[in-house]
Amino acid sequence: MTVEQRNDDPRDQFPIGMRVLAVDDDPTCLLLLETLLRRCQYHVTTTSQAITALNMLREDKNRFDLVISDVHMPDMDGFKLLELVGLEMDLPVIMLSANGDTRLVMKGITHGACDYLLKPIRIEELKNIWQHVIRRKKFDSTNQKTSGNQDRSNDGGGEGELVSAGTGNSDHSGKVNKKRKDQNEDDDEDPDENGHDNDDPSTQKKPRVVWSVELHRKFVAAVNQLGIDKAVPKKILDLMNVEKLTRENVASHLQKYRLYLKRISCVANQQANMVVALSSSDSSYLHMNSMNGLGNFNPLTGSMQFQNPAFRSFPPGGMIGRLNTPSGLGLRGLPSSGMIQLGHAQTSGNSNNQVKFQPVTLQGNNNGSILPGIPMPYELDQQRNKGLHIGDLSTTIDDTAVFPLSNSLPDVKIATGNGSNNVISVTNNMLMLGHCQDAQAGREFGNHSSVSVAPLKPEFCSPLQDPGRCNENWANSVQPSGFQSNSFPLNDRQKHAALHRSSSRDNMSVMASQIGVNQFDASSIASASFRPDNSLSDSQSSMIQGWGNLHKQDSSCRPNLMSSSMNSLVPVNGGLGPLEQGLDLKNPMYHRNMDFDSMGQPNYVDPLMVKYEEVEKSTMETLKLKQAYLMDQQRPQGSYMSNNFDPLGDVVSAMMKQEQDKAEGEFDAYPLRV
Amino acid sequence: MLGLGADRLRADMNRLLALLFHQGVLDEQFLQLQQLQDESSPNFVSEVVNIYFHESEKLLRNLRGLLMEKEFADYKKMGIHLNQFMGSSSSIGAKRVRNVCVAFRAASEQTNRAGCLRALELLEHEYCYLKNKLHELFQIEQQRALAAGVRYPMQN
Repeated sequence: MTVEQRNDDPRDQFPIGMRVLAVDDDPTCLLLLETLLRRCQYHVTTTSQAITALNMLREDKNRFDLVISDVHMPDMDGFKLLELVGLEMDLPVIMLSANGDTRLVMKGITHGACDYLLKPIRIEELKNIWQHVIRRKKFDSTNQKTSGNQDRSNDGGGEGELVSAGTGNSDHSGKVNKKRKDQNEDDDEDPDENGHDNDDPSTQKKPRVVWSVELHRKFVAAVNQLGIDKAVPKKILDLMNVEKLTRENVASHLQKYRLYLKRISCVANQQANMVVALSSSDSSYLHMNSMNGLGNFNPLTGSMQFQNPAFRSFPPGGMIGRLNTPSGLGLRGLPSSGMIQLGHAQTSGNSNNQVKFQPVTLQGNNNGSILPGIPMPYELDQQRNKGLHIGDLSTTIDDTAVFPLSNSLPDVKIATGNGSNNVISVTNNMLMLGHCQDAQAGREFGNHSSVSVAPLKPEFCSPLQDPGRCNENWANSVQPSGFQSNSFPLNDRQKHAALHRSSSRDNMSVMASQIGVNQFDASSIASASFRPDNSLSDSQSSMIQGWGNLHKQDSSCRPNLMSSSMNSLVPVNGGLGPLEQGLDLKNPMYHRNMDFDSMGQPNYVDPLMVKYEEVEKSTMETLKLKQAYLMDQQRPQGSYMSNNFDPLGDVVSAMMKQEQDKAEGEFDAYPLRV
Repeated sequence: MLGLGADRLRADMNRLLALLFHQGVLDEQFLQLQQLQDESSPNFVSEVVNIYFHESEKLLRNLRGLLMEKEFADYKKMGIHLNQFMGSSSSIGAKRVRNVCVAFRAASEQTNRAGCLRALELLEHEYCYLKNKLHELFQIEQQRALAAGVRYPMQN
């Protein structure tokens, strides 16, 4: 052990002493970053020039463990630096920016950044950055280990899969590690480094095998070949023919696998029963259930046609057989969604809902291979472009499950044919918005509320701040109750269902995030749907008035401004919260008035004016309003701010916060961190 | 007596800080800055803030220069300056300044020159206020350090 370890002491105490290179052209941030990093006990080198940084890196590749770089730099684009470092030195790079625009973040990730931090940096975030170093090293060493002598999976594809499955990271890490693998063969130094990293305590004492997708697939194939009953570790191992895999590894994996199968089969039995029941039923029965299932529901008649042949086309036993097929279920994202679906079927007490679904679960994944005989997913695919995407949304609102299964939009269409049309279409909106997909998704809405929502989408997508909070607030002030009740049960059931498949953690988080998104968007939709009627509740109108009486004439304001203002108001504190926050009526310490007098009040009108003028684009009105606002400000702060004699500055700061939220909402996609 | 002076100064400083926090001029990021100040970097806050002032004035000058141009069209460049200003302001906890930057950025993205001008004025204004207040803070702190220093040999 010790022979292989590096002699540097700091390395033993990793992450203490981790060597970081920090690059930022802004000296303020650079100094701050340096100090923060030192506080985390890292070893820091700083430079304000990207080119200098590159040179430093090039002259000695082993000098640093991690690079943190700003995105916007004068001499070189941060992304370029990122790419170069990734390619040449294969070090983890963290991007840093004041701008949290989703597009930028996306760009960072696609260029290979292992993280994207927003300014202002907090020390808590920096305390964890060492994980990126470990992660990279570990998977590099795993690459070396399991594929070292193997001819088969030595190509980039295998490696990529191995790594990405193991890390569970997003694709870029797989990509980067592919690059790394290629590089490893050329680069002299890296193997040394990896050799060192084989000393990670976990890899050293007990070489942990990562059961990647590839490996597992082989395993499953071997098991199937032998027959599940006859599969013994030794034979499986021989069949798999993987170096560095021991019989013990296989044995333990087999044990887990058997447990898994047992679990599946229990659920499958229940489902099979349902399927049996259903397949023997007539079309009208299927019709009723169609809401839950596959989707294809826009024309219900159409859905029936789809379903009937599907159900009749294979016997339930066949489905169960497939269910139990390890290869069918054992892989990646698909099975987990399948599992969730099953779990869902279990938990929702409604037998009608259980109609389907393996087929439904397949949707997101396009895999014909899992249950090859089922036509439904393909039909769903066809339908996908046409319309509205949502997971299974049952007709009755208190049934569950919106399952936006895969990362792309789920393809199941919502049944519009039932009584609660509005609700479902609105929830359509919400999920759709939650995905922030392009406008075409919005077109299929038949509902009036959806129409008004579509143009607002960009704004709604962004302030995805506190879904829970927003939801409640809007529920109180705005929501139709039926709608509201929909989102919460969805949440519960989904989580409940997801919990049933504890192994499907990924999906759960996907779902949870979707749920979060759903809830928020539900609220945003609700606000949107309110708007067209221009029926603001009193609290809302007074809020807007408090902002400067600009909205006295509701008609004069463009809808999206108001909705975005409302939305941005909501997340801060909900309801009247932001202004109350700004006002802080009880606080005696507001001397701001005094300060402001010297500056002249009109200045504080400005940010507000700036915002609203742009939107309204009517200078005359603005001037009038400005004057009105000024006049309002002269007297004790407007109609509803009764108690506070000087909330001006606080109102302004509240407004600015709103503007900030709004600005960020309107113009940048939601920043990562608020 | 000197001890009392130091205490009073500390109270003044705290009061000023509390005021600035309430006003939203500063936020908790500033606190983090203060926490980074210790024996190994005793003047950290004022160092960082002074750098910030220096840079910000440069940026403000640049911004004003851009906007004053007769044929101003380079919103992108303005955006870059703004981005830096926003980054540094948020890093030291200058909340109000940062908020104005956000509004400014919005105006800039809409290529609304008038809006940008107004935002710039407001920005300059907020920045001045911040600078004055922080100078005040540092002065109190200096006096306090002096007072404490004189006291130091007598009673730790």
